Amino acid sequence: MPPDANATFAPGDRVRIVDLGKPGHVRTPMYVRDKVGIIDRYCGRFENPEERAYGRIGRTRIPLYRVRLRQRDLWPDYAGAESDTLVLEIYDHWLRPA
Amino acid sequence: MSADHSDHDHHHDHDHAHQHASGGKHPPHPIREDDDVELTPGEAKFLALKGLLIEKGLLTADEIRRRHEINDRGTPHQGARMVAKAWLDPAFKARMLHDGKAAARELGIEVTEADLMVIENTPQRHNLIVCTLCSCYPRSLLGEPPAWYVSKAYRSRAVREPRQVLREFGLAVPETVEVQVHDSNADLRYIVLPLRPAGTEGMSEEALAALVSRDCLVGAALPGKPASA
Repeated sequence: MPPDANATFAPGDRVRIVDLGKPGHVRTPMYVRDKVGIIDRYCGRFENPEERAYGRIGRTRIPLYRVRLRQRDLWPDYAGAESDTLVLEIYDHWLRPA
Repeated sequence: MSADHSDHDHHHDHDHAHQHASGGKHPPHPIREDDDVELTPGEAKFLALKGLLIEKGLLTADEIRRRHEINDRGTPHQGARMVAKAWLDPAFKARMLHDGKAAARELGIEVTEADLMVIENTPQRHNLIVCTLCSCYPRSLLGEPPAWYVSKAYRSRAVREPRQVLREFGLAVPETVEVQVHDSNADLRYIVLPLRPAGTEGMSEEALAALVSRDCLVGAALPGKPASA
């Protein structure tokens, strides 16, 4: 994915996934909210599913990133290896610098 | 709304009152072989919505049936072909890791999801795919996902205790190998590119593809051994 001048974050940036408390068709799972991770990859721009789900099609496309988190940061009692990780897709407006 | 995004809506939970198959009239558009057990709230809602869409003329039963036919064109063998070619052709592998959809198109496979990301297993890292929010899956490539992929147990446990889940599939990943879980929670769809098994030197692309099962492409298994081994 080529660099996007309008993307807020770049691979390697530390980010916090915030809890916007937004009801409805949101794609940010509860288990990653308020967790800190690293931008793994910029995925391009996609329509916001929080709009699309309600028939508002064709609106502004927003940056999407893959964010990498350490399993130990997600689950304090994680039983697997120290190096284990999880990656998921988070839209720009759910991320803050950390 | 694209068929892809409708994935998100089919499997969500709803707290509506139960409807009983035995208590009301026979649903006009059955989804099951038999009508002899209680509908779950999700099934009841699905049937009601489907019936309404047809009755209001927004969709026809034939359009729904045709959509099922399109979904059924996907098959794990298409993913296996991509893997086998990547094992034999480093340039193709590089293109596949860069752009999964374009690589599939080279083999005459049309991936209709927004994006297909190919995640490579390495000696240092094993990858596992899950969709915790619903059942996102590269259907146009691989067909419908297996029942376990859609189950709440897999969706919740794959992110929480992936090594235990993998052990239950018969795959013990050494502690020295990182397990990376990929939650397919938004717009991308994923397949795993497994490591080529030892002892497969000189095998044809077709024979290699036969070693790659659906579960390998999700990361729940490793490619099989050649039949002669």
